[in-house]
Amino acid sequence: MMPVKTFKIDGQDVSGREDETILEIARENDIFLPTLCNIAGLKPVGACRLCMVEVAGSNKLLPACATRVQEGMEVTTNSERLQKYRRMILEMLFVEGNHICSVCVANGHCELQWLAEKLGVDHTRLNYMFPAKEVDVSHYRYAIDHNRCILCTRCVRVCAEIEGAHTWDVSGRGIEAKVVTDLNTPWALSETCTECGKCVQVCPTGALFKKSRAVGEMVKDGQFLPYLKTMREVDNA
Amino acid sequence: MPDKVKVATVWLDGCSGCHMSFLDIDHVLLDIADKIDLVYSPLVDNKDFPDMVDLTLVEGGVSSVDDRAKIIKIRKHTKLLLALGDCAITGNVPAMRNRYPVAAVEERAYIENADVNQRPPSLVVPKLLPKIQPVHTVVPVDIYLPGCPPPGPVIRDALVALLNGQMPDVSPRFG
Repeated sequence: MMPVKTFKIDGQDVSGREDETILEIARENDIFLPTLCNIAGLKPVGACRLCMVEVAGSNKLLPACATRVQEGMEVTTNSERLQKYRRMILEMLFVEGNHICSVCVANGHCELQWLAEKLGVDHTRLNYMFPAKEVDVSHYRYAIDHNRCILCTRCVRVCAEIEGAHTWDVSGRGIEAKVVTDLNTPWALSETCTECGKCVQVCPTGALFKKSRAVGEMVKDGQFLPYLKTMREVDNA
Repeated sequence: MPDKVKVATVWLDGCSGCHMSFLDIDHVLLDIADKIDLVYSPLVDNKDFPDMVDLTLVEGGVSSVDDRAKIIKIRKHTKLLLALGDCAITGNVPAMRNRYPVAAVEERAYIENADVNQRPPSLVVPKLLPKIQPVHTVVPVDIYLPGCPPPGPVIRDALVALLNGQMPDVSPRFG
């Protein structure tokens, strides 16, 4: 029997098992926390920092997706400081890529676009970098447009954790970082890709998409993940 | 009768879709027609920007020396500047040229893709800046209405609020 922890989120009494995260308990209680790298069914990486919360007694902001619940903790999810940082994070994501929503396959179905609207980002205060990024359309069925990639690594994790292929990984560091197939070979030449398409479905933006989709036609479906994760756990047990 | 609110609209590097969306507010145009004077716009025949305008809607990013001169002058003579649509706010589709040098862009447009008169324009057409920039990186902007284009109802609600002396309470999305 897993011990239960009771604590507060935004003054509301909540409880969770000790192996659960603040984010999971917030979601269970319909408390909104913005996320981009997190997706139910994959291990958390705490990469996007959007779900940062304040915990009484700690000077540091903690990522709700990667912080276990503790007895008596007092969590604040939506202070002015947090709102300010979240908007700043979104602005940085916008300026370091080329996110041209109007001509994107995911227009209207994009988590980045949706969060910008939800959190009130109507312009960026940082200068756009307009980087020269690549598009790999070598695969016959799927494509990746690095201009739209926010490096959430959902594709990397779903491929390694669920499909077991580990075709995707991250190469380079800092502003040079990008997701690659195999050892940075064109996608079509990947020897490990099973063409299952899970990476496409979990991608929060229009970076990964099925070919032959026009503007706004790429609707993602990540709902299959919790089911696949459970089945994998049953197999392993 | 109180003075009418002086309104201007300007079209920089955009496709005019935002102006079309502005016209899409249909009968509300008639409602606000009594309250505003459209003193400068691609929709009216006035070549010079007036001395002082209450509200200017700007469509498009700042892409040429002409765009830059225009928006700097307009800012000086406008109380409230509203960035209308994604091109004004982010650069949007025209900003796709930003990863290439101007010479390469002109080569593509005026030579490779031209059937006749294969040469970049030397007269009349203003020189392109090295990169198209969002309006607010050139002059301060007071209000942002994203969208490609911003939907008619969004423009309508913003205008109605502004004419009532309030800041618009809208948060449309990019794209």
